[in-house]
Amino acid sequence: MNILVCICKTPDTTAKITFSDNNTKFDTTNVQWIMNPTDEWYALVRGIELKNQLGGKVTVVNVGQSDSDQIIRKALAIGADNAVRIDAEPVDSYFVASQIAAYAKAQNFDVIFTGKESIDYNSFAVGGMLAEMLDIPYISLATKLEMEGNTATIDREIEGGIEKVQVDTPFVASGQKGLAEQLIPNMRGIMMARRKPLNVVPAVDVETLSSITEYELPPARSSVKLVDADNPAELVRLLHEEAKVI
Amino acid sequence: MSTKLVEPQTSNGTAHSKTAAGQDLYKHPDYFLVEELLTDEHRLIRESVQAWVKKEVSPIIEDYAQRAAFPHQLLKGLGEIGAFGPTIPVEYGGSGLDYISYGIIMQELERGDSGIRSTASVQSSLVMYPIYTFGTEEQRKKYLPKLATGEMMGCFGLTEPDHGSNPGGMVTTIKDKGDHYLLNGAKMWISNSPFADIAVVWAKDEEGIIRGLIVERGMEGFTTPEIHGKWSLRASATGELVFDNVKVPKENLLPKSKGLKSPLMCLSSARFGIAWGAIGAASDCYDSALRYSLQREQFGKPIAAFQLTQKKLAEMITEITKAQLLAWRLGVLKNEGRATPAQISMGKRNNVDMALKIAREARQIHGGMGISGEYSIMRHSMNLESVVTYEGTHDIHLLITGMDVTGINAFM
Ligand SMILES: Cc1cc2nc3c(=O)[nH]c(=O)nc-3n(C[C@H](O)[C@H](O)[C@H](O)COP(=O)(O)OP(=O)(O)OC[C@H]3O[C@@H](n4cnc5c(N)ncnc54)[C@H](O)[C@@H]3O)c2cc1C
Repeated sequence: MNILVCICKTPDTTAKITFSDNNTKFDTTNVQWIMNPTDEWYALVRGIELKNQLGGKVTVVNVGQSDSDQIIRKALAIGADNAVRIDAEPVDSYFVASQIAAYAKAQNFDVIFTGKESIDYNSFAVGGMLAEMLDIPYISLATKLEMEGNTATIDREIEGGIEKVQVDTPFVASGQKGLAEQLIPNMRGIMMARRKPLNVVPAVDVETLSSITEYELPPARSSVKLVDADNPAELVRLLHEEAKVI
Repeated sequence: MSTKLVEPQTSNGTAHSKTAAGQDLYKHPDYFLVEELLTDEHRLIRESVQAWVKKEVSPIIEDYAQRAAFPHQLLKGLGEIGAFGPTIPVEYGGSGLDYISYGIIMQELERGDSGIRSTASVQSSLVMYPIYTFGTEEQRKKYLPKLATGEMMGCFGLTEPDHGSNPGGMVTTIKDKGDHYLLNGAKMWISNSPFADIAVVWAKDEEGIIRGLIVERGMEGFTTPEIHGKWSLRASATGELVFDNVKVPKENLLPKSKGLKSPLMCLSSARFGIAWGAIGAASDCYDSALRYSLQREQFGKPIAAFQLTQKKLAEMITEITKAQLLAWRLGVLKNEGRATPAQISMGKRNNVDMALKIAREARQIHGGMGISGEYSIMRHSMNLESVVTYEGTHDIHLLITGMDVTGINAFM
């Protein structure tokens, strides 16, 4: 099995999000980066499990600049065999998918994993675009994936239930909770990651289709009012007079 | 009529940030961006061990400490994550990492519990290190890989009932009987002894020279009674080593060990880890105190809004920052092979003392909750009473620094 896992960096979930240049740029000063959790916990770990079970190789690919190297090393420490960084600032989903497609075309990957979404921009788009560009099937939101020969049986989450899908390699799947469990890199893995190859390749020319014109923070969460359990009348009064919902 | 205003995250009406939600919310304090002095690899090590501790240690440790039980099930995980012998070369089962990595591992383990860190310190610095440093190639191959996985556990017997700060006065002896050594004596306060498979034991030969030997469980005349009733390091097993005419095969002698210097080299390695470990305990106390003080309200405002609380928090983060810088510098020197025993001694003394003081202050900030097992503070505070005593007491380390700067020995 020749497996590709697409990983990206996202701000640490506890990072303070601020903007600069009149709210047109995300201010990355003092932001700690982490590997996008759905890429790491589900896509990458399932890829490594499949490799351990069936043999083969796991490559991780990232479209990014050198500040992505730390999350790439982490992926190698967790168990990926080699890494490719396509040297460009990831502008939007189309750009990223085009870069990965250009690289993956010549590589004959059997399975390409992405995470369900990246938790920063939440576009849910790279996997689908990538599959289209490579002209192979795309199975989104996989919660379980088993291989039998060249055929994968995949559970995917749908509204209120589960859909079971069968698909032959090659295909793209996006992983989410359930697909695998987080693997904490151990000291041996971290040390071995030093010697694994991380190839930096130049980006191809891709047209930028979208740009961000402005960021806006969600409104501050308002305070919570606690009402005593034995005072439902007060709750009704508040809902009626203050929240004006009943 | 009773309605009250609270912030969303405390909608359960209490400030039980840690255990009430069943979650370890710890965030590593780094006021001076000390992590920028480290490599990406070091940061990944910290993150990984921290994640392991949050997953495996935090949810269970309070219960084990309360029951004074050792969580044996953690040994396999400690081996897997690489907490045993991280600096030992890969060919012997270690991870071949540098000393700063070792320090960071100890820091994160002790953030969970000093007892768990003690187990890893003993295995790494007091068992694997002497076998690697003073042992034969056969001994290295026989023991180190199993010690690295935790399949085999070791302990270190230096202290005796009548010789603690003065280990050179030890009365445990070995006599050369031709095909074996005859070992007699007793060791006291030995971490991990109740369950250890092997013990690295220090004893005097017929010429009064201190030698190290590997004593294996099951050898006739060798027993390891547990010490009960500790109020400190309750989640760590401590015991005695009793040798009653134990025949130790000659191949179990660590041939390159000679004189008190050999066990002291082991202690230097362990003390280096403790200098880092103590920062973990202190950081956990500070982190908890900061969160609690922002959530706990009295007189209509968070207790963090009172100047006396702020003074405590400000002093805590200052001391932690100084300790981090000291440990970092010590790590650089150790990696370069330049850290002197006296420098390591200062690191151990300063950082443990710092942690103990912070634990006490943090306990005050938590008020009554501070003495309960809902928070880690009291456990850290009690644990640190051992840490300030073992591996050389605070005062003994003062004498080491004193001797180093004056050239005058004030020990005796
Ligand atoms: C939980 C725990 C685990 C331990 N684990 C181990 C282990 O795994 N292996 C091991 O070998 N040992 C271990 N120890 C033993 C530990 O190293 C000793 O307790 C320590 O060295 C102090 O020795 P002592 O208890 O005999 O105290 P003492 O040496 O009797 O000291 C008592 C007091 O006298 C002071 N004092 C002594 N000499 C002087 C002096 N010259 N000048 C001024 N003050 C002095 C000391 O500072 C101290 O305050 C452990 C101890 C504990 C509590």
